[in-house]
Amino acid sequence: MKKEIIVAGFGGQGVLSMGKILAYAGLMDDLEVTWMPSYGPEQRGGTANVTVVLSDSPISSPVLDTYDTAVILNQQSLDKFESKVKPGGVLIYDPYGIHQKPTRADISVVPVEAMEAAIDLRNSKIYNMIVLGALLKVNPIVDIDSVMLGLKKALPERHHHLLPANRDAILKGMSLVADDCQ
Amino acid sequence: MKEEVTLMKGNEAIAHAAVRYGVDGYFGYPITPQSEVLETLESLMPWETTGMVVLQAESEIASINMVYGGAATGKAVMTSSSSPGISLMLEGMSYIAASELPALVVNVMRGGPGLGTIHPSQSDYFQATKGGGHGDYHFIVLAPSTVQEMADFVGLGFDLAFKYRTPALLLADGIVGQMMEKVVLPPQRPRRTAEEIRSLCPWAADGQPEGRRPNVVTSLELDSAVMEKNNERFQQTYRLIEANEVRYDERLTDDCDFLIVAFGSIARICLKAIEDARAEGVKIGLLRPITLWPFPYDRIKELAGKTKGILVVELNAGQMIEDVRLAVEGRIPVCHFGRMGGIVPNPGEILEAFHESFK
Repeated sequence: MKKEIIVAGFGGQGVLSMGKILAYAGLMDDLEVTWMPSYGPEQRGGTANVTVVLSDSPISSPVLDTYDTAVILNQQSLDKFESKVKPGGVLIYDPYGIHQKPTRADISVVPVEAMEAAIDLRNSKIYNMIVLGALLKVNPIVDIDSVMLGLKKALPERHHHLLPANRDAILKGMSLVADDCQ
Repeated sequence: MKEEVTLMKGNEAIAHAAVRYGVDGYFGYPITPQSEVLETLESLMPWETTGMVVLQAESEIASINMVYGGAATGKAVMTSSSSPGISLMLEGMSYIAASELPALVVNVMRGGPGLGTIHPSQSDYFQATKGGGHGDYHFIVLAPSTVQEMADFVGLGFDLAFKYRTPALLLADGIVGQMMEKVVLPPQRPRRTAEEIRSLCPWAADGQPEGRRPNVVTSLELDSAVMEKNNERFQQTYRLIEANEVRYDERLTDDCDFLIVAFGSIARICLKAIEDARAEGVKIGLLRPITLWPFPYDRIKELAGKTKGILVVELNAGQMIEDVRLAVEGRIPVCHFGRMGGIVPNPGEILEAFHESFK
Protein backbone atom coordinates (compact mmCIF):
# COMPACT_ATOMS: atom_id res chain seq x y z
CA MET A 1 0.00 0.00 0.00
CA LYS A 2 1.30 3.40 -0.94
CA LYS A 3 -0.68 6.65 -1.08
CA GLU A 4 0.79 9.77 -2.63
CA ILE A 5 -1.24 12.84 -1.76
CA ILE A 6 -0.92 16.56 -2.36
CA VAL A 7 -2.93 19.19 -0.50
CA ALA A 8 -2.73 22.67 -2.02
CA GLY A 9 -4.40 26.02 -1.43
CA PHE A 10 -3.83 29.42 0.12
CA GLY A 11 -1.57 29.91 3.13
CA GLY A 12 -3.85 30.12 6.17
CA GLN A 13 -6.42 27.61 4.93
CA GLY A 14 -4.86 24.91 7.04
CA VAL A 15 -3.22 23.05 4.17
CA LEU A 16 -0.03 22.16 6.06
CA SER A 17 -1.96 21.24 9.23
CA MET A 18 -4.27 18.98 7.28
CA GLY A 19 -1.26 17.21 5.84
CA LYS A 20 0.22 16.96 9.30
CA ILE A 21 -2.93 15.35 10.68
CA LEU A 22 -2.87 12.81 7.83
CA ALA A 23 0.78 12.10 8.62
CA TYR A 24 0.05 11.63 12.32
CA ALA A 25 -2.86 9.34 11.48
CA GLY A 26 -0.46 7.31 9.32
CA LEU A 27 1.92 7.11 12.27
CA MET A 28 -0.93 5.76 14.43
CA ASP A 29 -1.54 3.08 11.78
CA ASP A 30 2.18 2.08 11.85
CA LEU A 31 2.71 3.30 8.28
CA GLU A 32 5.85 4.92 6.91
CA VAL A 33 5.22 8.62 6.47
CA THR A 34 6.80 11.63 4.76
CA TRP A 35 5.42 15.18 5.00
CA MET A 36 7.10 17.68 2.71
CA PRO A 37 5.79 21.26 2.95
CA SER A 38 6.33 24.31 0.88
CA TYR A 39 7.89 26.64 3.40
CA GLY A 40 8.66 30.32 3.52
CA PRO A 41 6.76 33.26 2.06
CA GLU A 42 3.92 31.15 0.68
CA GLN A 43 3.05 30.02 4.20
CA ARG A 44 2.30 33.63 5.00
CA GLY A 45 -0.41 34.30 2.46
CA GLY A 46 0.52 33.00 -1.00
CA THR A 47 -0.16 29.50 -2.24
CA ALA A 48 0.93 26.67 0.04
CA ASN A 49 1.12 22.96 -0.52
CA VAL A 50 2.21 19.80 1.20
CA THR A 51 3.05 16.37 -0.17
CA VAL A 52 2.18 13.47 2.13
CA VAL A 53 3.23 9.90 1.37
CA LEU A 54 1.84 7.03 3.44
CA SER A 55 3.22 3.57 2.76
CA ASP A 56 3.64 0.15 4.33
CA SER A 57 7.21 -0.01 2.93
CA PRO A 58 10.10 2.48 3.17
CA ILE A 59 9.53 5.69 1.20
CA SER A 60 12.25 6.85 -1.16
CA SER A 61 11.35 10.33 -2.36
CA PRO A 62 9.32 12.89 -0.43
CA VAL A 63 9.11 14.90 -3.69
CA LEU A 64 6.90 13.54 -6.49
CA ASP A 65 5.87 14.12 -10.13
CA THR A 66 2.33 12.77 -9.87
CA TYR A 67 -0.16 12.00 -7.13
CA ASP A 68 -2.87 9.42 -6.40
CA THR A 69 -4.98 12.08 -4.75
CA ALA A 70 -4.94 15.87 -5.01
CA VAL A 71 -6.90 18.06 -2.59
CA ILE A 72 -7.20 21.48 -4.19
CA LEU A 73 -8.46 24.59 -2.44
CA ASN A 74 -7.82 27.44 -4.87
CA GLN A 75 -7.64 28.20 -8.59
CA GLN A 76 -3.85 28.60 -8.74
CA SER A 77 -3.37 25.15 -7.23
CA LEU A 78 -5.96 23.64 -9.56
CA ASP A 79 -4.13 25.10 -12.56
CA LYS A 80 -0.86 23.72 -11.27
CA PHE A 81 -1.84 20.26 -10.06
CA GLU A 82 -4.82 19.03 -12.12
CA SER A 83 -2.46 17.58 -14.72
CA LYS A 84 -0.37 15.91 -11.99
CA VAL A 85 -3.08 13.50 -10.83
CA LYS A 86 -2.34 9.94 -11.95
CA PRO A 87 -4.87 8.49 -14.44
CA GLY A 88 -7.55 6.81 -12.34
CA GLY A 89 -6.67 9.05 -9.40
CA VAL A 90 -8.82 11.42 -7.42
CA LEU A 91 -9.09 15.20 -7.47
CA ILE A 92 -11.07 16.73 -4.63
CA TYR A 93 -11.67 20.47 -4.88
CA ASP A 94 -13.67 23.19 -3.22
CA PRO A 95 -15.66 25.08 -5.90
CA TYR A 96 -15.57 28.24 -3.75
CA GLY A 97 -13.62 30.82 -5.77
CA ILE A 98 -12.98 28.40 -8.66
CA HIS A 99 -13.89 29.97 -12.00
CA GLN A 100 -12.34 27.35 -14.27
CA LYS A 101 -13.44 23.90 -13.23
CA PRO A 102 -11.31 20.79 -13.70
CA THR A 103 -11.77 19.18 -17.09
CA ARG A 104 -10.06 15.79 -16.90
CA ALA A 105 -12.24 12.79 -17.63
CA ASP A 106 -9.73 10.05 -16.74
CA ILE A 107 -9.80 10.80 -12.99
CA SER A 108 -12.53 11.06 -10.37
CA VAL A 109 -13.31 14.73 -9.78
CA VAL A 110 -15.15 15.36 -6.53
CA PRO A 111 -16.36 18.88 -5.71
CA VAL A 112 -16.75 19.48 -1.96
CA GLU A 113 -18.47 22.66 -0.81
CA ALA A 114 -16.42 22.90 2.35
CA MET A 115 -16.22 26.70 2.47
CA GLU A 116 -20.02 26.92 2.30
CA ALA A 117 -20.24 24.37 5.11
CA ALA A 118 -17.74 26.28 7.26
CA ILE A 119 -19.72 29.50 6.68
CA ASP A 120 -22.94 27.70 7.67
CA LEU A 121 -21.25 26.49 10.84
CA ARG A 122 -19.86 30.02 11.44
CA ASN A 123 -16.43 28.55 12.11
CA SER A 124 -13.69 29.20 9.56
CA LYS A 125 -11.08 27.45 11.71
CA ILE A 126 -12.50 23.98 11.09
CA TYR A 127 -12.47 24.44 7.30
CA ASN A 128 -9.53 22.11 6.75
CA MET A 129 -11.10 19.41 8.91
CA ILE A 130 -14.24 19.50 6.76
CA VAL A 131 -12.02 19.02 3.72
CA LEU A 132 -10.19 16.19 5.49
CA GLY A 133 -13.53 14.51 6.21
CA ALA A 134 -14.42 14.68 2.52
CA LEU A 135 -11.03 13.22 1.59
CA LEU A 136 -11.46 10.34 4.04
CA LYS A 137 -14.93 9.57 2.66
CA VAL A 138 -13.63 9.45 -0.92
CA ASN A 139 -10.43 7.69 -0.01
CA PRO A 140 -10.40 5.99 3.41
CA ILE A 141 -6.59 6.05 3.66
CA VAL A 142 -6.76 6.10 7.44
CA ASP A 143 -9.80 5.76 9.67
CA ILE A 144 -11.32 8.54 11.72
CA ASP A 145 -10.18 6.99 15.01
CA SER A 146 -6.55 7.12 13.86
CA VAL A 147 -7.09 10.74 12.82
CA MET A 148 -8.47 11.61 16.25
CA LEU A 149 -5.57 9.79 17.95
CA GLY A 150 -3.11 11.60 15.70
CA LEU A 151 -4.77 14.92 16.43
CA LYS A 152 -4.57 14.24 20.14
CA LYS A 153 -0.85 13.56 19.77
CA ALA A 154 -0.26 16.62 17.57
CA LEU A 155 -2.21 19.12 19.68
CA PRO A 156 -0.98 20.45 23.00
CA GLU A 157 -3.21 19.38 25.89
CA ARG A 158 -4.65 22.86 26.40
CA HIS A 159 -6.39 22.49 23.02
CA HIS A 160 -7.84 19.03 23.68
CA HIS A 161 -11.30 20.49 24.43
CA LEU A 162 -11.47 21.27 20.70
CA LEU A 163 -11.21 17.61 19.69
CA PRO A 164 -15.01 17.01 19.54
CA ALA A 165 -15.48 20.07 17.27
CA ASN A 166 -12.81 18.65 14.97
CA ARG A 167 -14.49 15.27 14.90
CA ASP A 168 -17.82 16.91 14.06
CA ALA A 169 -16.15 18.83 11.23
CA ILE A 170 -14.68 15.62 9.79
CA LEU A 171 -18.13 13.99 9.93
CA LYS A 172 -19.63 17.08 8.29
CA GLY A 173 -17.07 16.80 5.50
CA MET A 174 -17.90 13.13 5.04
CA SER A 175 -21.58 13.99 4.74
CA LEU A 176 -20.81 16.41 1.88
CA VAL A 177 -19.65 13.57 -0.36
CA ALA A 178 -22.23 11.36 -2.02
CA ASP A 179 -21.94 7.67 -1.12
CA ASP A 180 -21.24 6.68 -4.74
CA CYS A 181 -18.06 8.78 -4.77
CA GLN A 182 -16.24 6.38 -2.50
CA MET B 1 11.14 -1.77 25.67
CA LYS B 2 9.27 -0.71 22.55
CA GLU B 3 11.13 1.89 20.54
CA GLU B 4 9.72 5.36 20.85
CA VAL B 5 8.68 6.37 17.32
CA THR B 6 7.78 10.00 16.80
CA LEU B 7 7.02 12.23 13.85
CA MET B 8 9.06 15.39 13.51
CA LYS B 9 10.95 17.73 11.20
CA GLY B 10 14.64 17.15 10.56
CA ASN B 11 15.50 20.40 12.32
CA GLU B 12 13.51 19.35 15.37
CA ALA B 13 15.25 15.97 15.35
CA ILE B 14 18.64 17.72 15.55
CA ALA B 15 17.52 19.63 18.65
CA HIS B 16 16.12 16.55 20.38
CA ALA B 17 19.19 14.49 19.50
CA ALA B 18 21.48 17.19 20.90
CA VAL B 19 19.73 17.11 24.27
CA ARG B 20 19.70 13.29 24.24
CA TYR B 21 23.44 13.14 23.47
CA GLY B 22 24.17 15.20 26.55
CA VAL B 23 25.43 18.27 24.67
CA ASP B 24 26.72 20.95 27.04
CA GLY B 25 25.96 24.01 24.99
CA TYR B 26 24.22 25.28 21.86
CA PHE B 27 24.94 28.78 20.58
CA GLY B 28 23.11 30.00 17.50
CA TYR B 29 21.32 32.70 15.60
CA PRO B 30 18.05 32.18 13.69
CA ILE B 31 17.97 31.80 9.91
CA THR B 32 15.53 29.99 7.61
CA PRO B 33 15.43 27.05 6.89
CA GLN B 34 16.96 25.91 10.19
CA SER B 35 15.37 28.16 12.80
CA GLU B 36 13.46 25.22 14.31
CA VAL B 37 16.74 23.91 15.77
CA LEU B 38 17.00 26.88 18.15
CA GLU B 39 13.21 27.14 18.58
CA THR B 40 12.91 23.47 19.55
CA LEU B 41 15.84 23.70 21.97
CA GLU B 42 14.23 26.75 23.62
CA SER B 43 10.93 24.87 23.97
CA LEU B 44 12.62 21.76 25.37
CA MET B 45 14.30 23.93 28.06
CA PRO B 46 17.15 21.43 28.60
CA TRP B 47 18.83 23.81 31.07
CA GLU B 48 16.22 22.57 33.54
CA THR B 49 16.85 18.87 32.87
CA THR B 50 20.37 18.05 31.66
CA GLY B 51 21.81 21.48 32.41
CA MET B 52 22.55 22.14 28.72
CA VAL B 53 23.05 25.80 27.87
CA VAL B 54 20.96 27.13 24.97
CA LEU B 55 21.86 30.64 23.95
CA GLN B 56 20.69 32.87 21.13
CA ALA B 57 23.79 34.91 20.42
CA GLU B 58 23.80 38.35 18.84
CA SER B 59 25.18 37.03 15.56
CA GLU B 60 26.64 34.02 13.80
CA ILE B 61 30.14 35.33 14.45
CA ALA B 62 29.44 35.47 18.18
CA SER B 63 27.88 31.98 18.04
CA ILE B 64 30.89 30.29 16.47
CA ASN B 65 33.29 32.01 18.84
CA MET B 66 31.20 30.85 21.81
CA VAL B 67 31.52 27.36 20.35
CA TYR B 68 35.29 27.90 20.07
CA GLY B 69 35.47 28.92 23.73
CA GLY B 70 33.24 26.11 24.95
CA ALA B 71 35.09 23.49 22.92
CA ALA B 72 38.42 24.67 24.33
CA THR B 73 37.21 23.61 27.77
CA GLY B 74 36.42 20.07 26.53
CA LYS B 75 32.66 20.58 26.56
CA ALA B 76 30.42 19.14 23.83
CA VAL B 77 29.22 22.29 22.10
CA MET B 78 27.51 23.07 18.81
CA THR B 79 25.90 25.65 16.59
CA SER B 80 23.62 25.56 13.58
CA SER B 81 22.92 27.94 10.74
CA SER B 82 22.18 28.10 7.04
CA SER B 83 24.46 29.01 4.15
CA PRO B 84 24.94 32.81 4.56
CA GLY B 85 25.29 32.32 8.32
CA ILE B 86 27.91 29.62 7.82
CA SER B 87 29.89 31.99 5.58
CA LEU B 88 30.04 34.38 8.55
CA MET B 89 31.32 31.55 10.77
CA LEU B 90 34.18 30.42 8.54
CA GLU B 91 36.91 32.35 10.33
CA GLY B 92 35.91 30.75 13.63
CA MET B 93 35.64 27.33 12.00
CA SER B 94 39.21 27.61 10.72
CA TYR B 95 40.39 28.59 14.22
CA ILE B 96 38.53 25.64 15.79
CA ALA B 97 40.09 23.21 13.30
CA ALA B 98 43.54 24.75 13.83
CA SER B 99 43.14 24.45 17.61
CA GLU B 100 42.26 20.75 17.17
CA LEU B 101 38.96 21.10 18.98
CA PRO B 102 35.93 18.81 18.78
CA ALA B 103 32.68 20.62 17.97
CA LEU B 104 29.61 20.22 15.80
CA VAL B 105 28.41 22.74 13.23
CA VAL B 106 25.11 22.18 11.39
CA ASN B 107 24.48 23.77 7.99
CA VAL B 108 20.93 23.39 6.66
CA MET B 109 21.75 24.71 3.20
CA ARG B 110 19.70 27.24 1.25
CA GLY B 111 20.23 28.60 -2.25
CA GLY B 112 23.07 31.04 -2.79
CA PRO B 113 25.25 32.83 -3.56
CA GLY B 114 24.78 35.90 -1.39
CA LEU B 115 21.63 36.12 0.67
CA GLY B 116 20.07 34.01 -2.10
CA THR B 117 16.86 32.22 -1.31
CA ILE B 118 15.42 30.35 1.66
CA HIS B 119 14.73 27.27 -0.46
CA PRO B 120 16.76 24.03 -0.52
CA SER B 121 20.18 23.83 -2.11
CA GLN B 122 23.45 21.93 -1.94
CA SER B 123 25.65 24.72 -3.20
CA ASP B 124 27.90 24.74 -0.12
CA TYR B 125 29.60 21.44 -1.01
CA PHE B 126 32.87 23.16 -1.94
CA GLN B 127 32.73 25.35 1.16
CA ALA B 128 32.08 22.33 3.39
CA THR B 129 34.59 19.88 1.93
CA LYS B 130 37.39 22.04 0.55
CA GLY B 131 37.93 24.30 3.50
CA GLY B 132 35.81 27.41 3.24
CA GLY B 133 37.90 29.20 5.81
CA HIS B 134 41.63 29.77 5.34
CA GLY B 135 44.39 27.23 5.77
CA ASP B 136 44.84 23.50 5.20
CA TYR B 137 42.07 22.14 7.38
CA HIS B 138 39.06 19.83 7.20
CA PHE B 139 35.84 19.32 9.03
CA ILE B 140 34.45 15.76 8.99
CA VAL B 141 31.38 16.32 6.78
CA LEU B 142 28.27 14.16 7.27
CA ALA B 143 25.35 14.44 4.83
CA PRO B 144 22.01 13.16 6.20
CA SER B 145 19.19 12.21 3.83
CA THR B 146 16.47 11.28 6.33
CA VAL B 147 15.11 12.75 9.53
CA GLN B 148 16.48 9.66 11.30
CA GLU B 149 19.96 10.50 10.04
CA MET B 150 19.53 14.11 11.16
CA ALA B 151 19.10 12.69 14.67
CA ASP B 152 21.76 9.97 14.39
CA PHE B 153 24.47 12.17 12.89
CA VAL B 154 24.43 14.57 15.85
CA GLY B 155 25.79 11.78 18.04
CA LEU B 156 28.02 10.39 15.29
CA GLY B 157 29.39 13.86 14.57
CA PHE B 158 30.30 14.47 18.20
CA ASP B 159 31.77 10.97 18.63
CA LEU B 160 34.02 11.42 15.59
CA ALA B 161 34.92 14.97 16.59
CA PHE B 162 36.09 13.86 20.03
CA LYS B 163 37.80 10.74 18.68
CA TYR B 164 39.96 12.72 16.24
CA ARG B 165 39.94 16.18 17.88
CA THR B 166 38.58 17.38 14.55
CA PRO B 167 35.32 19.34 14.28
CA ALA B 168 32.36 17.82 12.43
CA LEU B 169 29.95 19.48 10.04
CA LEU B 170 26.46 18.15 9.52
CA LEU B 171 25.63 19.26 5.96
CA ALA B 172 21.87 19.07 5.46
CA ASP B 173 19.52 21.04 3.22
CA GLY B 174 16.13 22.72 3.40
CA ILE B 175 14.32 19.54 2.33
CA VAL B 176 15.50 17.26 5.10
CA GLY B 177 15.40 20.17 7.57
CA GLN B 178 11.77 21.02 6.87
CA MET B 179 10.24 17.63 6.08
CA MET B 180 8.66 15.42 8.73
CA GLU B 181 9.01 11.69 8.98
CA LYS B 182 9.30 8.99 11.59
CA VAL B 183 12.29 9.02 13.87
CA VAL B 184 13.52 6.98 16.81
CA LEU B 185 15.50 9.24 19.11
CA PRO B 186 18.61 7.95 20.87
CA PRO B 187 18.37 7.24 24.61
CA GLN B 188 19.04 10.13 27.00
CA ARG B 189 22.65 10.29 28.12
CA PRO B 190 23.88 12.40 30.99
CA ARG B 191 26.25 15.24 30.19
CA ARG B 192 29.90 14.37 30.84
CA THR B 193 31.13 15.09 34.34
CA ALA B 194 34.18 17.27 34.96
CA GLU B 195 36.20 14.09 35.70
CA GLU B 196 35.05 12.43 32.48
CA ILE B 197 35.97 15.53 30.49
CA ARG B 198 39.39 15.64 32.15
CA SER B 199 40.12 12.03 31.23
CA LEU B 200 38.66 12.29 27.69
CA CYS B 201 40.20 15.69 26.96
CA PRO B 202 43.53 16.00 28.80
CA TRP B 203 44.25 19.01 26.56
CA ALA B 204 41.21 20.98 27.76
CA ALA B 205 41.68 24.48 29.19
CA ASP B 206 39.43 23.69 32.12
CA GLY B 207 41.25 25.31 35.02
CA GLN B 208 44.66 24.21 36.18
CA PRO B 209 44.64 21.33 38.64
CA GLU B 210 47.59 21.02 41.00
CA GLY B 211 50.60 19.30 39.54
CA ARG B 212 49.65 19.91 35.91
CA ARG B 213 51.16 22.49 33.61
CA PRO B 214 48.69 24.98 32.11
CA ASN B 215 46.87 23.80 28.99
CA VAL B 216 46.97 26.41 26.26
CA VAL B 217 44.50 26.26 23.36
CA THR B 218 45.45 28.52 20.47
CA SER B 219 45.74 28.53 16.71
CA LEU B 220 48.59 31.06 16.75
CA GLU B 221 52.19 29.89 16.31
CA LEU B 222 54.73 32.44 15.12
CA ASP B 223 57.60 29.95 14.91
CA SER B 224 57.27 28.63 11.35
CA ALA B 225 59.11 25.41 12.11
CA VAL B 226 56.63 24.61 14.88
CA MET B 227 53.69 25.72 12.73
CA GLU B 228 54.79 23.34 9.99
CA LYS B 229 54.96 20.52 12.56
CA ASN B 230 51.43 21.48 13.67
CA ASN B 231 50.25 21.27 10.08
CA GLU B 232 51.93 17.89 9.65
CA ARG B 233 50.08 16.65 12.73
CA PHE B 234 46.76 17.91 11.33
CA GLN B 235 47.46 16.14 8.05
CA GLN B 236 48.31 12.89 9.85
CA THR B 237 44.95 13.06 11.59
CA TYR B 238 43.23 13.71 8.26
CA ARG B 239 44.95 10.68 6.65
CA LEU B 240 43.75 8.57 9.60
CA ILE B 241 40.18 9.83 9.16
CA GLU B 242 40.38 9.14 5.41
CA ALA B 243 41.52 5.59 6.15
CA ASN B 244 38.91 4.82 8.82
CA GLU B 245 35.80 6.89 8.44
CA VAL B 246 34.58 6.83 4.84
CA ARG B 247 30.86 6.10 4.87
CA TYR B 248 28.36 5.62 2.04
CA ASP B 249 25.06 3.98 1.25
CA GLU B 250 24.55 1.85 -1.85
CA ARG B 251 21.31 0.80 -3.51
CA LEU B 252 20.78 -1.58 -6.43
CA THR B 253 24.44 -1.54 -7.45
CA ASP B 254 24.78 -5.34 -7.74
CA ASP B 255 23.55 -5.49 -11.32
CA CYS B 256 23.59 -1.87 -12.44
CA ASP B 257 24.68 -0.70 -15.89
CA PHE B 258 24.74 2.93 -14.85
CA LEU B 259 25.27 4.73 -11.57
CA ILE B 260 23.77 7.85 -10.02
CA VAL B 261 25.87 9.54 -7.35
CA ALA B 262 23.96 11.96 -5.13
CA PHE B 263 24.08 13.04 -1.50
CA GLY B 264 21.56 14.19 1.09
CA SER B 265 17.85 14.46 0.39
CA ILE B 266 18.29 14.65 -3.39
CA ALA B 267 19.62 11.06 -3.27
CA ARG B 268 16.13 9.97 -2.21
CA ILE B 269 14.53 11.68 -5.19
CA CYS B 270 17.13 9.92 -7.36
CA LEU B 271 16.19 6.59 -5.79
CA LYS B 272 12.58 7.10 -6.86
CA ALA B 273 13.81 7.93 -10.39
CA ILE B 274 15.89 4.73 -10.29
CA GLU B 275 12.86 2.69 -9.22
CA ASP B 276 10.91 4.17 -12.15
CA ALA B 277 13.81 3.43 -14.53
CA ARG B 278 13.97 -0.19 -13.36
CA ALA B 279 10.27 -0.51 -14.17
CA GLU B 280 11.29 0.43 -17.75
CA GLY B 281 14.13 -2.13 -17.67
CA VAL B 282 16.98 0.38 -17.28
CA LYS B 283 19.33 -0.78 -14.55
CA ILE B 284 20.67 2.15 -12.57
CA GLY B 285 22.26 1.94 -9.11
CA LEU B 286 22.72 4.62 -6.47
CA LEU B 287 25.78 5.53 -4.48
CA ARG B 288 25.11 8.07 -1.75
CA PRO B 289 28.20 9.40 -0.01
CA ILE B 290 27.39 9.83 3.69
CA THR B 291 30.75 11.35 4.51
CA LEU B 292 31.48 14.06 1.93
CA TRP B 293 34.86 14.45 3.54
CA PRO B 294 36.39 11.91 3.65
CA PHE B 295 34.93 11.14 0.21
CA PRO B 296 34.34 7.53 -0.97
CA TYR B 297 36.81 7.75 -3.89
CA ASP B 298 37.77 4.08 -3.74
CA ARG B 299 34.25 2.69 -3.91
CA ILE B 300 33.29 4.98 -6.78
CA LYS B 301 36.45 3.91 -8.60
CA GLU B 302 35.45 0.25 -8.17
CA LEU B 303 31.91 0.89 -9.38
CA ALA B 304 33.25 2.85 -12.36
CA GLY B 305 34.97 -0.38 -13.40
CA LYS B 306 31.65 -2.17 -13.84
CA THR B 307 29.32 0.55 -15.11
CA LYS B 308 28.96 2.41 -18.42
CA GLY B 309 28.41 5.90 -17.09
CA ILE B 310 27.74 7.99 -14.01
CA LEU B 311 25.22 10.78 -13.53
CA VAL B 312 25.96 13.09 -10.61
CA VAL B 313 22.80 14.82 -9.37
CA GLU B 314 23.16 17.84 -7.09
CA LEU B 315 21.24 20.95 -6.12
CA ASN B 316 24.06 23.11 -7.49
CA ALA B 317 25.95 23.89 -10.68
CA GLY B 318 28.30 20.91 -10.32
CA GLN B 319 30.50 20.63 -7.23
CA MET B 320 30.67 17.03 -5.99
CA ILE B 321 31.08 15.97 -9.63
CA GLU B 322 34.72 17.10 -9.36
CA ASP B 323 35.37 14.49 -6.66
CA VAL B 324 33.49 11.83 -8.63
CA ARG B 325 35.66 12.63 -11.69
CA LEU B 326 38.80 12.35 -9.58
CA ALA B 327 37.65 8.90 -8.51
CA VAL B 328 36.71 7.76 -12.02
CA GLU B 329 39.97 9.01 -13.60
CA GLY B 330 38.34 9.47 -17.00
CA ARG B 331 37.51 5.81 -17.55
CA ILE B 332 33.78 6.30 -18.13
CA PRO B 333 31.63 9.35 -18.90
CA VAL B 334 30.58 11.36 -15.85
CA CYS B 335 27.66 13.73 -16.49
CA HIS B 336 25.94 16.23 -14.25
CA PHE B 337 22.37 17.25 -13.60
CA GLY B 338 21.63 20.06 -11.20
CA ARG B 339 19.02 22.62 -10.32
CA MET B 340 19.93 25.85 -8.57
CA GLY B 341 18.47 28.72 -6.63
CA GLY B 342 16.17 26.63 -4.45
CA ILE B 343 14.48 24.62 -7.23
CA VAL B 344 14.11 20.91 -6.41
CA PRO B 345 13.77 18.55 -9.38
CA ASN B 346 11.20 15.79 -9.24
CA PRO B 347 12.01 12.16 -10.09
CA GLY B 348 10.72 12.49 -13.67
CA GLU B 349 13.09 15.35 -14.41
CA ILE B 350 16.04 13.36 -13.08
CA LEU B 351 15.15 10.35 -15.20
CA GLU B 352 14.82 12.58 -18.26
CA ALA B 353 18.25 14.06 -17.52
CA PHE B 354 19.65 10.53 -17.25
CA HIS B 355 18.25 9.53 -20.65
CA GLU B 356 19.50 12.80 -22.16
CA SER B 357 23.00 12.14 -20.75
CA PHE B 358 23.31 8.54 -21.90
CA LYS B 359 21.18 8.29 -25.06
